[in-house]
Amino acid sequence: MPSLSRIDELRRLLADLRGPALWQQLDQLAEHRALRELVEQQFPHLSRAPAMDRRGFLRFAAAAIGGTGLSACSGPPPERIVPQQRLPETTVPGKPVFYASTLTQAGSGIGVLVETHGNRPTKIEGNPGHPSSLGATGIHAQAAIMDLWDPDRSPMILRGGTEVGAWNGVLAEFAKIRQAGGDGLRLMTPSIASPTLRAQIETLLDELPGARWHRHDAVDLSAAAEGARIAFGQALQPQYRLDRAELIALFDADLLAQGPGHLRHARDFAKRREPPQMNRLYVAEPSPTPSGSLADHRLPIGGERVAELVRLLAAKLGIGDTGAALDPTAERWIAVLAEDLRAAGPAALVAAGPAQPPSVHALVWAINHRLGAVGHTLQFIAAPRQGEPYATLLSDMEDGKVETLLMLDVNPAYDAPQSARFAEALQRIPRSVHSGLYTDETARLSHWHIPLAHALECWSDAEAHDGSASLQQPMIAPLYGARPAHEILAALLGDPRPQARDIVQAHWRQRLGDAGFDTRWHDSLRQGLIEGTAAATLRPALRELDLQWPPPLPGPVLEIRPDPTLWDGRQANNAWLQELPKPIALNTWGNLAWVGARLAQQYDIENGDVLRLSTNGASIEIAALVLPGQAQDSLTVHLGHGRRAAGRIASDVGVDVAALRPADGAWRSGPLTIEKTGERRILARVQTQDGMEGREPVRRATLAEYRQHDGALVEDETPQHSFYDANPPQTREPGKPAWGMSVDLNACLGCMNCTIACQSENNIPTVGREQVDLGRAMHWIRVDRYFEGPAETPEILSQPVPCMHCEHAPCELVCPVGATVHDDEGLNVQVYNRCVGTRFCGNNCPYSVRRFNFLQYADRDTESLRGGRNPDVTVRSRGVMEKCSFCIQRISAARIQAENEGREIGDGEVVTACQSACPTQAITFGNIADKDSAVSKKKASPRNYDLLAELNTRPRTSYLARLRNPNPALETNGEDQA
Amino acid sequence: MNGEGWLAAGTTPGDVDARIARPALAPRFGAGWRIGLSVSLLGVLVLMLTVSVLLTVGVGIWGITRPAYWGFAIANYVWWIGIGMGGTFISTALYLLRQPWRNSLSRYAETMTVFAVCVSGIFPILHLGRPWFFYWLFPYPDTMNVWPQWRSALFWDFCAILAYLLVSVLFWYVSMLPDLATLRDRAAGRMRRVVYGFLALGWQGEAREWQRLEALTRIIAALGVPLVFSVHSMVALDLSEGLLAGWHTTIFPPFFVAGALFSGFAMALVIGVPLRKRFRLEALITERHLDRLAILLLTGGLVVAYCYAAEIFMAYYSMDEYELAVTRFRFTGLYAPVYWAAIVCNVLAIQPLWWARVRRSPRWLFWIGLSVVFGMWCERIMLVLSSEYRPFLPAAWGRFMPTVWDWAMLAGSIGLFMTMLLLFVRWFPVVSMHETRQLAHESAQGSREAQA
Amino acid sequence: MDFVARLVVLGVIVVGVGLFWIWRAASASAHPVGSAVEQPIPFSHKHHVGDDGIDCRYCHASVETAATAGMPSVEVCMSCHSQLYTDQPALQPLIEAWQSGKPIRWQRVHDLPDFAYFDHSVHVNNGVGCVSCHGRVDEMPLTWRHASLNMQWCLDCHRDPAQALRPRDKVFDLAWQPANQRATGTALIAAYHVPMERLTECSTCHR
Repeated sequence: MPSLSRIDELRRLLADLRGPALWQQLDQLAEHRALRELVEQQFPHLSRAPAMDRRGFLRFAAAAIGGTGLSACSGPPPERIVPQQRLPETTVPGKPVFYASTLTQAGSGIGVLVETHGNRPTKIEGNPGHPSSLGATGIHAQAAIMDLWDPDRSPMILRGGTEVGAWNGVLAEFAKIRQAGGDGLRLMTPSIASPTLRAQIETLLDELPGARWHRHDAVDLSAAAEGARIAFGQALQPQYRLDRAELIALFDADLLAQGPGHLRHARDFAKRREPPQMNRLYVAEPSPTPSGSLADHRLPIGGERVAELVRLLAAKLGIGDTGAALDPTAERWIAVLAEDLRAAGPAALVAAGPAQPPSVHALVWAINHRLGAVGHTLQFIAAPRQGEPYATLLSDMEDGKVETLLMLDVNPAYDAPQSARFAEALQRIPRSVHSGLYTDETARLSHWHIPLAHALECWSDAEAHDGSASLQQPMIAPLYGARPAHEILAALLGDPRPQARDIVQAHWRQRLGDAGFDTRWHDSLRQGLIEGTAAATLRPALRELDLQWPPPLPGPVLEIRPDPTLWDGRQANNAWLQELPKPIALNTWGNLAWVGARLAQQYDIENGDVLRLSTNGASIEIAALVLPGQAQDSLTVHLGHGRRAAGRIASDVGVDVAALRPADGAWRSGPLTIEKTGERRILARVQTQDGMEGREPVRRATLAEYRQHDGALVEDETPQHSFYDANPPQTREPGKPAWGMSVDLNACLGCMNCTIACQSENNIPTVGREQVDLGRAMHWIRVDRYFEGPAETPEILSQPVPCMHCEHAPCELVCPVGATVHDDEGLNVQVYNRCVGTRFCGNNCPYSVRRFNFLQYADRDTESLRGGRNPDVTVRSRGVMEKCSFCIQRISAARIQAENEGREIGDGEVVTACQSACPTQAITFGNIADKDSAVSKKKASPRNYDLLAELNTRPRTSYLARLRNPNPALETNGEDQA
Repeated sequence: MNGEGWLAAGTTPGDVDARIARPALAPRFGAGWRIGLSVSLLGVLVLMLTVSVLLTVGVGIWGITRPAYWGFAIANYVWWIGIGMGGTFISTALYLLRQPWRNSLSRYAETMTVFAVCVSGIFPILHLGRPWFFYWLFPYPDTMNVWPQWRSALFWDFCAILAYLLVSVLFWYVSMLPDLATLRDRAAGRMRRVVYGFLALGWQGEAREWQRLEALTRIIAALGVPLVFSVHSMVALDLSEGLLAGWHTTIFPPFFVAGALFSGFAMALVIGVPLRKRFRLEALITERHLDRLAILLLTGGLVVAYCYAAEIFMAYYSMDEYELAVTRFRFTGLYAPVYWAAIVCNVLAIQPLWWARVRRSPRWLFWIGLSVVFGMWCERIMLVLSSEYRPFLPAAWGRFMPTVWDWAMLAGSIGLFMTMLLLFVRWFPVVSMHETRQLAHESAQGSREAQA
Repeated sequence: MDFVARLVVLGVIVVGVGLFWIWRAASASAHPVGSAVEQPIPFSHKHHVGDDGIDCRYCHASVETAATAGMPSVEVCMSCHSQLYTDQPALQPLIEAWQSGKPIRWQRVHDLPDFAYFDHSVHVNNGVGCVSCHGRVDEMPLTWRHASLNMQWCLDCHRDPAQALRPRDKVFDLAWQPANQRATGTALIAAYHVPMERLTECSTCHR
């Protein structure tokens, strides 16, 4: 154990440094004598690693960077890794290798393919073979790359929150725990998706009878299962089969963009929405969500009142009695919905969200049962056993019943309801051990902190939303000597040298049996899925319901929701997620109080006004955003912000709303008092204009109009007479690909997956809060969002806008140095190294898709960040214009491949980053010269139109008009504009 | 030519020299000059600071952003180069038109031109994201084997400025040679004699030299006149080549040329009136001169006013939704104050010039000139921003707000201009001696003939 | 006194030319063409290729399949040098690398800027010989840069590949000379379907 003075010496060196300054400091530190010793004693195995030549662990991170010259020698861990079958298995330098693995989010696994260059994970793609992915990825999966390379991750075992500890010290503690037979031992974890880990915990509970296991999810998704417990007598996990649903009613449920299986839901939903056949979607919710934006009928209503809606609906379908009276609009809405549901019968699906109490879910299950939907559009599987509720743990801690608290991958000192109370209790515990990616709020209060390995660094497994399991394999040796949860638990059980791989393999060997296990194991690794592990669907019998309905909270209610991009804040130190615009609201960097238009009028609130929100005797101060479509009787704030010890990115960004959460962790609290402080703050939104201003960038129609229409639905406004050649020769040579893209606005959720996937693929830098507020965000594909109609119940239109690659590109004409030009495949290419930065092209682009490096945005100094970059894309420097390139690096790769093999590039061979990430497959890319290509077929649709066609730019990117399938019965009154 | 009556009665060639050369050769200068110079030098300091920050941090220190990628830098550039135009017009066009009265004005007008062009040249280069590569705009044989993009107005603009700078410097310097020689011969100290001698390039005043000077001046003047129109037409194309509503119009070239001359004449008054007073040049720059300048100013102003009207008319005549929107934004949008300021300063403020008494009153002319110079700056800002900040897609609408660095750059450029000007008036003849001498000679002749 | 004028003019010219030369000197490259580059091990292509006749692909294995030709790992060297010349002092760094597991840090001889994306495979497969860019490596005791590698030089060939193309089976034959390069090249452009107009697109090398 090193002397304290040494650590202090280091801490002094690092004191009060932020940003680049700190990086340089760390670099020098790496050579600092004190740190070298620490590294030696902390990571003996690292100092043996080939690249531990000069500069301690930072250098080790860099050494993992295969791309840098010839020093590409730090490979994956000694174990054997089997790349996915359908992708080239090769270790040729400069050629990416894809590995099938699994990432876990919100307690459910998503199958992914990890692109690695020289053993550096650089990009996450979806695994087409995985039921929860089908080839798409969510924003959290995309951001995993940034998490992995985050230089702020916990670098070493800590003792007492500050002092450097050693693994042996931890083992000693574990030994003591074992001797005590686990008496007073409490294990605290989130909901666990890994069957192996759950099995390990069961063993632990058997071997140490004194021990108890508690579940803590900052964002509790268990309401549905609990509802099933009420309705069917057992905790069940619902399976929403949107691919079978004709009519869908969502009550405060964002099925398409959040929670387990949302990617699958979105895909299934979009499939049923391709005209001429379209499903119909009703959504009742407090704040606009991606699901709500696609609704044919959206009813903004406070989360507190949803219960009454559902009760009314149930009553109309002959279940139970009605609750308090609702306003006529809502009454009517429910009446029409009830009719529709009755008509649809088993083809209907009703769902409630995790923000609703179990009683509402129980009622919803009953409704589905009545409609005959259960077993058809709604299926149930057994929910795996998780730990006991967290509430009991807190009281036990305060009563001194807890000897040892082992916290795996949780951060209750920040994200638990009443985190302050927990933090205090934690300090009174004799022995506390924390393990996480960061030395976070909890780590600093614990006696021991063990860096936890990132999902891309270690072996494990996870269950998908439908229960089918897949394996997780490491791409790279743990950068900071971190340890997987499996090994920590095994060590606790006395295994001196635990190996996660052996643990996981042993678990599956036992489950699958020895016979032909090795082949099954390898197949599972290749396919990214363990065949035949999908859970069996059950046919539970409905019980007689006797539901208790507490009186609703009066007045405006505060909705406390997971952040659309940061979720519960565990990824808060991820600059990509911080800068990714929240779907629909489009604010970045920090959380805002979303206020409805009428409420804003009532309290005279404008954008940026700081509000003091008080409830439960606590209060916070947070800036307001007046958001069209927000329910008038509720404010919405988001978790995951205001981190106190998250790292340089997240600390002190946004406001921590934990203080306002009720003790039971419910998703809303009230009664709420709202006051203006008079202070104003910047909002850092990427779009400030709400309406379309009578210019129709998004073309719309109803399904009825579409059906009765023959030929083009939207007329082509491209000028017929032009000085230009109608088809510029250089872009339409026979036998040569002409790249083009089609975006189906009927399928676009506005979920932002495309934006972050593009950011990861194209090394797009983040710029920070102030720069975003100035309008300097760099995203190559932005998602424009328009509100049309009244501010209370607007129609919400999302439109992804990448570079249009115009055939008559206005940008090319005006560049004095020819830095942006057309190539012979019709790409509008930007040559960074030629650009001098006159910015005329930026002015002259009618679509405003060009992005300029006003400052040195790309971080050139942080070594670990270089590891995550795509070596096939230039890192842009200050003073250079950039924009969407149609993923030209992927096109080039495909072209060279084809040329070497002496063939043409096939359709679907080039897939852009945004296209592959899109859960609804709204984006299609390919060769428009080939009439049989997927993209050509899309462009042949009568819904096809060009953006700003009247300017005669002849864009290669075109759109398919948005359709709605409204119920005529609701169209008559003015609450929905067609 | 007949230069009769353009100088105060009884002004002889001799006292022309004396009056003009004396201040330049005086051992010391007034305190006012020293204060003025130190103030302008402060401006230069600000400019140097701004530029060094700009080069180290990047153009991001300005308020420019998406969608308003161009801001003060371009507006200032257009403004400064416009100011130059007026000077060239006076010194060259009027020269070719044999307007005797320009003789007394040409020198300082030309000086104003040269300095304004120098200052304006700073902006387009520092405006670049990577200024150190500005020479890529110029066609030169390089190892990249790539040429500039000939269709871009920016390239031709680049050439235009270079040509213009070259010609105006040449014209200014050449026409100054005889005066420099005069100073050399009249200078007391050896040091001055050497310096002036060096600058005079050994001018001896032989008939041969005079004849060549005459020829050269005529040639450069002939080159200069078309440049006055071509250069600012090029500048106009920088905007009108873009397809932004409000920029994409054919009226811009004549509009910009008119605006340029307008602001140039205004600046000529703003500088001329104080000079005339300080150097007691009333005999050389008479009220008739001022009157002529004022008439030019009025004319320019009316043309500009017509262009404003034409723009609005065209918007409604075309019924193009984007043109209409931009017009609306100009009237009522974020930058409406700038627009109305331009209207007031450029259109209303010049109306008093219809009265001869105003045209002959230095005080009036100074303030009107000043208002026009300011108004023209507002117009440049308005033209650049009102089209940029609300592009075609509403989702991309944004705003430009100048930062302290934007203002510092503007103030600095004015400081630089003033510094150069003050240094010039200290050491060099502010009125062309040999040309006014000629005038004096002729008027003397004229009066003699009258007696005979 | 006329010489004053001449003096001034002369001065202007002198200063101008001087500045130009300073600029040229400042923008010169690190390893000039034709000067051998110092390496941790004095590796001789002349010996290995010229004398022993080892094929390029034995060490640069990925040249036909990937963007980078590939540098031989220590293991590849050791496949011979575990027996041969093991006692040579010059080979000590190699032996150490083999024992310590640390890689040898060679000096880069052909260094393209990061924004130029060169791909060996596509050149080799279209009949561009190693010798065209790397020169007679088999005659280099120490390796040096054979060509300037600047954009002009690349374009020179991209505009007229006929001057360099050779049959695929002759790509690695450094000594081979066609009877009539022009004819051979023109024939091969057709035979290999070389996409002529693509060769000068910016996007071919820059992304």
